[in-house]
Amino acid sequence: MPQMNLVQAVNSALRTEMRNDEDVIVLGEDVGKVGGVFRVTQGLFDEFGDDRVIDTPLAEGGIIGTAIGMALYGLRPVPEIQFSDFIFPAFDQIVSEAAKFRYRSGGEYTVPMVIRTPVGGGIRGGHYHSQSPESLFIHTAGLKVVCPSNPYDAKGLLLSAIRDDDPVLFFEPKRVYRAVKMDVPEDEYTIPIGKAKVVREGEDVTVVGWGAMLFEALASADEVAEEGVSAEVIDLRTLWPVDIDTIVESVKKTGRLVIVHEAPKACGFGAELLSLVTEKAFVHLEAPPVRVTGWDTPFPYTLEMEYLPLQHRITPALLETAKYIP
Amino acid sequence: MASGRDALLEHYRAMYLIRRFEEEAARAYAQGKIGGFLHLYIGQEAIAVGAAAALREGDQVFQTYRDHGISLALGMSAEKGMAELMGKDTGCSRGMGGSMHFFDKEHGFMGGWGIVGGHVAVAAGAAFKSKYLGDENVTLCFFGEGATNIGGFHEGLSLAGLWKLPIVFICENNQYAMGTPMKRTSAISDLTLKAQGYGMHGDRFEGYDVKVVHERVKQAVDRARKGEGPTFIEIETYRFRGHSMSDPAKYRSRAELEERKKKDPLVITKDQLQQAGATIEDLDNIEIQVEEAVKAAVKAADDAEPAKESVMFDSVMATKLGPQNREEAAR
Ligand SMILES: Cc1ncc(C[n+]2csc(CCOP(=O)(O)OP(=O)(O)O)c2C)c(N)n1
Repeated sequence: MPQMNLVQAVNSALRTEMRNDEDVIVLGEDVGKVGGVFRVTQGLFDEFGDDRVIDTPLAEGGIIGTAIGMALYGLRPVPEIQFSDFIFPAFDQIVSEAAKFRYRSGGEYTVPMVIRTPVGGGIRGGHYHSQSPESLFIHTAGLKVVCPSNPYDAKGLLLSAIRDDDPVLFFEPKRVYRAVKMDVPEDEYTIPIGKAKVVREGEDVTVVGWGAMLFEALASADEVAEEGVSAEVIDLRTLWPVDIDTIVESVKKTGRLVIVHEAPKACGFGAELLSLVTEKAFVHLEAPPVRVTGWDTPFPYTLEMEYLPLQHRITPALLETAKYIP
Repeated sequence: MASGRDALLEHYRAMYLIRRFEEEAARAYAQGKIGGFLHLYIGQEAIAVGAAAALREGDQVFQTYRDHGISLALGMSAEKGMAELMGKDTGCSRGMGGSMHFFDKEHGFMGGWGIVGGHVAVAAGAAFKSKYLGDENVTLCFFGEGATNIGGFHEGLSLAGLWKLPIVFICENNQYAMGTPMKRTSAISDLTLKAQGYGMHGDRFEGYDVKVVHERVKQAVDRARKGEGPTFIEIETYRFRGHSMSDPAKYRSRAELEERKKKDPLVITKDQLQQAGATIEDLDNIEIQVEEAVKAAVKAADDAEPAKESVMFDSVMATKLGPQNREEAAR
């Protein structure tokens, strides 16, 4: 089985589905001839030509707006927003149009579009090349939001997303792009949207993460194991619709919960997860749930490694939560 | 009043400073002292220098992420720029902004912008302020040809044209938006047609001769200052490096680059100076002085204190952030 990094896995998913289905179209800034700034769409232009792999002008609102229009008639556009920080010129199209089309047409029309976009920090990109805006889209009813942490999941989830009839925001953790290689089948396979995965079983504390932070959570789980704390690690994979049952089940076992995300704490997705767990498993909680997150500041150019909720911040949170005595 | 030759010598000094600053920035980037993205201005120097020379104190300037050139041309010290690139507290944005987000209030520099098109309407708002207050200041707003496709550009120009604002939009057409040549992303090749659509004056010329840039931008600035409305200027130029340091620029041929380098604005100005009677010594002196200034800037930046966590938390809002973030950060 070939070894792929996340860039190659996403590329493989796109290639697979473009071969399967002529309705799949890729569009975005420099996605064609150049193959994307992260080279995720490399080779697609040569194989599928410029009417299916489209280099657009610099116009995010136009990219997403036209993708919506295509999708209404059954095409399956996969627009790329070069960095998720550049999604805001298209925010209106996503929130006002893509998210509400099905609802306002009484279910008559759907928008089967997948917006692919690199997310998160770790490349010293500063304010506008590092943010994690996922909760803005989760907050908007009508959108699915996916964020794989590894190459295998990325391919399977992207294939599911393209085949899904709803608009999907597909966040690719850019810090992981070339950092991890693993076995990824050349052939097609899917991973269902809406299913989290327990990636490490444990007894004492549950830690939930996604994207690049999943690896930090795993590293912390290893670290605290040396101190006799057994952490259960959940990779959320799909953020919305959220697989809350998997989290709740775990919390019923451990009684303790730590949530990790790069986005700022205030109204980050951790806040929603925490509320849901409190609603569904209040009596099982044995310690106050904890969020380890980015600060409530813009994403900094300097001090990036302090801002990110990395292992050095997750480990103490796990220890304190696991050892908390009411 | 400086003679024509003296003025040109000063232009040369400013362009050479930008060139050498950028080269040293590239070196510092390769050494890992600068992180993230670094967009160099090499090849486009005549535009920043010519345009800055058309301004007077109080005028306001907005630029994209490719912002080192204009900052230096407006008078910011190389030291403040280099320190900003390295994320130091002595940087022009106290190390908070980095390469793409220079600011220099003292010289009217309103910022570099990381979001393409994000500054165009903001610049129009600054020009509105001048009209409203009658302060007779002019706003310059720079962007690339790629930016003329995004909505923010059109909304900004629309308002500026409608309100006849004292603003000059300068499109630095360096032929490529990242890896895509303009002919693949624009249905028209003469971008001043877009100005027409918003009822404003258009002008279009090559930006390799700093004197030409100065004269033509001055005409537009003077018109704006007299209350005769905005101008859109398209200036043909070329960047000698990739879009940013992480771009190997494989989408263009070596031959094309070599051809374009024949119009290096520094070489052109140097030739003009020699024809005007400047001696090799005059030029050498300038180059030596600039060299020293840039070296000193790098050294000062190397030695400066890193950006401060306190600035990071306290500059988010006028109202200070609550303690929870700081406590977490302190752990
Ligand atoms: C809204 C937004 N979309 C995309 C980008 C990424 N990006 C930065 S510069 C650039 C190309 C800009 O080209 P142009 O406007 O011609 O300016 P140049 O860099 O050539 O000076 C792109 C696509 C961004 N920063 N902001």
